[in-house]
Amino acid sequence: MRTGQTERLDTGLAGRTSGPVLEIRDLSVSYQTKRGTVRAVEDVSFDLASGEFLGIVGESGCGKSTLLFGIAQLLSAPAVLDGGSVMFEGVNLVNLSEHQLASIRWKKMSLVMQSAMNALNPVKTIGAQFTDAMRAHGVSSKAEITERSVEVLRMVGIDPVHLRSYPHQLSGGMRQRSMIAMAMLFTPDLVMMDEPTSALDVVAQRSLMVQIKELQQQLGFAIIFVTHDMSLVSHFSDRLMVMYAGQVAELGATRSVFDTPRHPYSAGLLDAFPSIRGPKVPLTGIPGSPPDLARPPQGCRFAPRCPKVQDRCKTGPVQLYHVEDVLVRCLRAGNGVSSGD
Amino acid sequence: MRFLLRRAAFFVLTLWACVTLNFLLPRLMPGNPAIALLAKFHGRLSPVALKAIEIAFGVNTNQNLASQYVSYLHDLLTGNLGTSLTFFPTPVSVVIRGAILYTLGLVGVTTILAFILGTLIGILGAWRRGGWLDSILPPVFVITSAIPYFWVGMLLILVFGIQLHWFPYDFAYDPSLSPSLTFSFIGNVIVHSILPAIAILITSIGGWILTMRNTMITTLAEDYVKMARAKGLSSRRIMFDYAARNAILPNLSGFAMSVGFIVSGAVLVEFVFNYNGLGYLLVQALDAEDYPLMQALFLLITVAVLIAILLADIITAILDPRTRSAR
Amino acid sequence: MAILTGAALGEPAPGVAEPGGQVHAGQAIGRIWRAIRSNKKAFAGAILLAIFAFLAIFPWVIAHDSPEAEIYGRSLGPSAAHWLGTTSYGQDLFAQAVWGTRETLIIAVVSGALSTFLSVIMGLAAGYLGGVADAVLNFITDVLLVVPTFPLLIIIVAYLPGIGVPGLIAVLVVTGYSYGARQLRAQTLSVRSRDYLEAARVRGERSIYVIMVEIIPSMTSLIVATFLGTAVYNVLAAAGLQFLGLGNPDSVSWGTMLYWAQNNEALQTDQYMWALVPGALIGLLGAAFALLNYAFDEISNPALARVPITRTRGLNPVVRRLRANRAD
Repeated sequence: MRTGQTERLDTGLAGRTSGPVLEIRDLSVSYQTKRGTVRAVEDVSFDLASGEFLGIVGESGCGKSTLLFGIAQLLSAPAVLDGGSVMFEGVNLVNLSEHQLASIRWKKMSLVMQSAMNALNPVKTIGAQFTDAMRAHGVSSKAEITERSVEVLRMVGIDPVHLRSYPHQLSGGMRQRSMIAMAMLFTPDLVMMDEPTSALDVVAQRSLMVQIKELQQQLGFAIIFVTHDMSLVSHFSDRLMVMYAGQVAELGATRSVFDTPRHPYSAGLLDAFPSIRGPKVPLTGIPGSPPDLARPPQGCRFAPRCPKVQDRCKTGPVQLYHVEDVLVRCLRAGNGVSSGD
Repeated sequence: MRFLLRRAAFFVLTLWACVTLNFLLPRLMPGNPAIALLAKFHGRLSPVALKAIEIAFGVNTNQNLASQYVSYLHDLLTGNLGTSLTFFPTPVSVVIRGAILYTLGLVGVTTILAFILGTLIGILGAWRRGGWLDSILPPVFVITSAIPYFWVGMLLILVFGIQLHWFPYDFAYDPSLSPSLTFSFIGNVIVHSILPAIAILITSIGGWILTMRNTMITTLAEDYVKMARAKGLSSRRIMFDYAARNAILPNLSGFAMSVGFIVSGAVLVEFVFNYNGLGYLLVQALDAEDYPLMQALFLLITVAVLIAILLADIITAILDPRTRSAR
Repeated sequence: MAILTGAALGEPAPGVAEPGGQVHAGQAIGRIWRAIRSNKKAFAGAILLAIFAFLAIFPWVIAHDSPEAEIYGRSLGPSAAHWLGTTSYGQDLFAQAVWGTRETLIIAVVSGALSTFLSVIMGLAAGYLGGVADAVLNFITDVLLVVPTFPLLIIIVAYLPGIGVPGLIAVLVVTGYSYGARQLRAQTLSVRSRDYLEAARVRGERSIYVIMVEIIPSMTSLIVATFLGTAVYNVLAAAGLQFLGLGNPDSVSWGTMLYWAQNNEALQTDQYMWALVPGALIGLLGAAFALLNYAFDEISNPALARVPITRTRGLNPVVRRLRANRAD
């Protein structure tokens, strides 16, 4: 399956490195299960410019988290990287050994996970976990470690006295923010976030997002933000990628994708979140369920649920088409027909 | 701290329950066993001794149950465990004192060794999943933990004792020697305890290995392990500091259960090897229907188990900060 | 004698009931049968059990001699006439071993079943009733849990000399139900708050209905695991007691064979078969139950099952298959 030409958007942000931070080409991940091979991520390609905020959205099981861990080389059995390349600042991570990866990890590229209660070691203090990360990368002076730990906690608005706290002693929001603080320890070039706000209430979600955006503008790192909440991320992201059934369905500048979605799935997602200020519309969902990725359908993977499906959609695989400034995996878009028709 | 207080309270409460159980059991049995005992020893003990037995077991006394109970408790607290019938007129406490160190040494050391070794092997097995260690471990150790302790003991006696003459297999020390704190005596004791220790080790280690492996596998799938990888930590640090430290916690609480089993197995092992520790004493008391000695031994064994459990709880409180917070 | 379940003490077994769904008893049993067939360990255990069951029910089929008759030559070694030799009383060892299966298996199965039954009742009652009843039942169970069972057994049986098999079973059941009760209570507590049970209550179903039709089927694999674990332990405990001379020394079982072997110093007098064969058989029976038990652990906690193709070194898959690595 060939992709169209991928785009490098000039977002005008003051990035810290020249050239893209990430260049992903044809990344594929599969799982070995009793039922056969499940192709969880199939031939995903995109670039990420320095300092750019990319949101990846999709429903549960679409492969977005798998994609993230595939990029970070953090897959665990039975998931296996099936192919493709991950060029991080010019180096292909796929070919590196654990040892070589270790020197890049956290210093240039860090990770924030969904539930801090699960992602933080319950038997170690926050401070000890910060220290672990720093010691692993050669920072040995106790003074330096303490100074930096205090600094990052202040950045996220947490009293440094909590360095001595255990994860279960902090509130949910504080835990999440301390995880973000931990990710800032070496001011990396890329921070990957896997649904960091999903475990929080709405108010905490919003304030956390604002905090993240502020940090990004201060320190200039790129962000990949995986979530199922399209409306939340679209307020903050530069570009938006919609995933469906392991593939990229739509990819482009946030405003373009959000205001005029060209893939029927993206449109369906947006329609499911009516605007609170807009006119009253009947609630719609997307009927049906995602395909079984052990036996994906022949043609377009969204065809069984698509309200605008045509016969030709079911015949063969669909490639990504270039429409104005977005990429869309839809035959209608390929003909210059917008999904609004 | 509340956690420890609760465990200490449980300790005291259970202790009380066992003491009471010990008191009630002979009195609940159909036909107080002490009566049969009295008949058996009738011509052979002085009337004073017989009277003592009657009082201890509540036969023919005018006291009601409650006051018997009180005097029973009083006796216990003052260390009066009665007089042994097999070793008459030696008091039970003296008899026990002679045997307790051997059992403590054998069972205590072997249990700790089995736990440590088993845990380490379990960690290794989980770390290298799909390797040869992981495929052999489970079936082999599942089978070895089902084998009776005494059978392993017998096998060891046969192979290493009788056939190869490598190790002695009878008694805790050479009967011609008398116990003393000399190196040669202690060395003799150690040599005599090798085969019984191996028997206990072989059968009990399987359980530790398997449970540790299983909890490690579950722990390795946790998010914080993934996070540790993402931070670029070394494999060794992840394995011990992040995975094992969390995986061992359920094992520690399982330790409480297993101590009871190990003690049970130790009784049989001592019997097979004629190893004169508490277990052997228990069987001797059994044969001779020496109820005072039996009761005291049962109580002692129970107390030892409770103490071991309390220690495991203390260690858990040290390792797991979540237990230390108010609940 | 160690506990083999992978679940942490007091925590519900993961994956026992489907999240958000009900499990029907028939479905559960069918699943279990399929799981046994596909899992090698479970299959081996099941075959062993079947063989023992056959020997217990039809011992005369392969053992032609009477086990108790003291008519043969004494202390003979293995030969064509006596496959395992004879005891120092002139009894045929092979016949004893085969006929002894019956008593041992009866003890294992009956005490295991009764003990499991008691565990279910105690665990369910504690978990479902809550409050004071829960606290009291829990305390009793916890005490019995920590008291070392074997010494307790010794004491109780010592007070009842000549106790027969029914008495032995009763004692085993009372002292051994506590482990299962604790696990079942934990599972009941976790299942009780699930949505489909709330729905049943709102529908107005009576508690008994809820318990029988909804809760118990969801714990099927836990109950089976409890039965198997208890059976293993009881086999060993009963054999241990008989070995020490408690129980009826005139009965024919593997434990009493060992008792007489020890009494006649079988090992020291070169009568290896007498001492070793019964013990080996006990081990095999225990192993059969233990294998099934371990396999059920794997079934109820899928993370423990054999990883299909990938091996790991530490946290990384060792095998990483890469397709053509095209960099555009």
